[in-house]
Amino acid sequence: MVDNLIKVEKLINSELSSKILASEIKFSELLLKISVNEISDVILFLKSDKRLKFKQLIDIAAVDYPNEEKRFELVYLLLSLENNQRVKVSVKFEPNEKIPSITKVYPSANWMEREVFDMYGIKFINHPDLRRILTDYNFKGHPLRKDFPLTGFNEVRYSEKEKKVIYEPVKLEQNYRNFDFSSPWEGTNYQKQIKKSEKNEKN
Amino acid sequence: MKKTKSMSLNFGPQHPAAHGVLRLILELEGEIVEKADPHIGLLHRGTEKLIENKTYTQALPYFDRLDYVAPMNQEHAFALATEKLLKIEIPARAKYIRVIFCEIGRILSHILNVTTQALDVGALTPSLWGFEERETLMTFYERASGSRLHANYFRTGGVHKDLPTKLIEDIDKFCVSFPKIIDDLEDLLTENRIFKQRNVDIGIVSKRDALDHSFTGVMLRGSGISWDLRKSQPYECYEDLDFKIPVGKNGDCYDRYLCRIEEMRESVKIIKQCIENLPKGPVKTVDGKISPPAREDLKQSMEALIHHFKLFTEGFRVPAGNVYTAVEAPKGEFGVYLISDGSNRPYRCKIRAPGFSHLQAMDFLIRGHMLADVPAVLGSLDIVFGEVDR
Repeated sequence: MVDNLIKVEKLINSELSSKILASEIKFSELLLKISVNEISDVILFLKSDKRLKFKQLIDIAAVDYPNEEKRFELVYLLLSLENNQRVKVSVKFEPNEKIPSITKVYPSANWMEREVFDMYGIKFINHPDLRRILTDYNFKGHPLRKDFPLTGFNEVRYSEKEKKVIYEPVKLEQNYRNFDFSSPWEGTNYQKQIKKSEKNEKN
Repeated sequence: MKKTKSMSLNFGPQHPAAHGVLRLILELEGEIVEKADPHIGLLHRGTEKLIENKTYTQALPYFDRLDYVAPMNQEHAFALATEKLLKIEIPARAKYIRVIFCEIGRILSHILNVTTQALDVGALTPSLWGFEERETLMTFYERASGSRLHANYFRTGGVHKDLPTKLIEDIDKFCVSFPKIIDDLEDLLTENRIFKQRNVDIGIVSKRDALDHSFTGVMLRGSGISWDLRKSQPYECYEDLDFKIPVGKNGDCYDRYLCRIEEMRESVKIIKQCIENLPKGPVKTVDGKISPPAREDLKQSMEALIHHFKLFTEGFRVPAGNVYTAVEAPKGEFGVYLISDGSNRPYRCKIRAPGFSHLQAMDFLIRGHMLADVPAVLGSLDIVFGEVDR
């Protein structure tokens, strides 16, 4: 039994010392940082180790950081019922990198990886069936990327004329308003820019 | 015997037994299902994307629209996640009120599931009896929050408003009358020959398979694994409450039905205890930077007015960090993985819906079963498309 999160961290670090880039405990949750090449090994170890027994894959979450060189992050959330412990395993990588699939270790990773592929366009190697899952048939783009507009590109409606459902480019009566609250007392960013350009013109 | 060609059958998306908009492509060899390929996403609304563009207060109502059968349980997970990042403790009364409404949500969800599962296999009466009780429970939702379904009642730091005294009395009365309704439902179903023929030994899940397929909640307990987040990782006041976790033996559809029935009884017990021990005091944190001031104060206090304005335009800022919080929703572990970058909006909010992994196992569960077992297995998975598609 490994009943304490600090013990879990110590055990993982001693067994996999070279594979763990960093580990931290924040908000009483353990986060392990690893590199792309080590995913399969680390995940398999966490599942099959007799002391740790992280037998359940709870979820795979992807995150997009468009300004960083390693743009994407995958977070595997694992749960051990026997020890009543959770662990988060985080991997950061560049947009064109392919990620080894963990469907062999956890069968339930199948749809989770499909969702990540659908939403972020991250490709997995050795995935049995990497299709889109949540978006429409023939959908283009990866909606959860930060550079995908909130309103999307196409909208769907039933056309009385053609007697069928048709796709049209999104038309907005008013642009999507994204308010900036950085410092309400000095005015918002766009007001500051207007003031600046006015000053420059005067000079 | 003449060799038959396998046939593919399109089940749904508009099928009454599909429990929503599920499109299931079945490959049949005679009447035996050889492969099932669920096509989901017909109810995808981009909840996660929308949440990234809303303040924390505005993001909360989206959780009602996930599993719309038990809305407040979902809100709970998000409220707990933001509270964890903000490092705030909510008042005791708020904890008890939250638990009361989470258990009401559990009963709401289980009534719907048990009765519609019965409907799928041919029993009409349970749904008529059960839905009357659901209506009563939704009136409780309405009296607390103003709406029957999309409550938006839990807030970061507590709940929106205190409960009226009369409502607490009425919930208490419901706790007395409801167990009789469960008995009636059981009279109709538990020993019913047809119901048993359709459910016993159908869709069996072994312990190992349940773990491998990321099952949680009743799907896990039906297979004999005693695991409930309310007991193992207690949140709010579940530690102080006395309740049992019903566990199945065979992991078939019938055991899952029995678990749900027992869970309803336990939920009634929990609600009763909460009402008995309901502490007095505020229902949301007194920190004016997080919870809005009372309406009366707006007319009197300048500070309250500023707080109100700032909270409903800018919202509160949440310190940077990432947390995963999970609650035991009626369908299983409902989790929120929340990343904050220190601004007033979540940077990323991954929603872990229990139904997603359950439906994924459909192919595994139904292989080798008869076509007529598809609705029975689907019914016992307890699928609601609001949360599967998000």
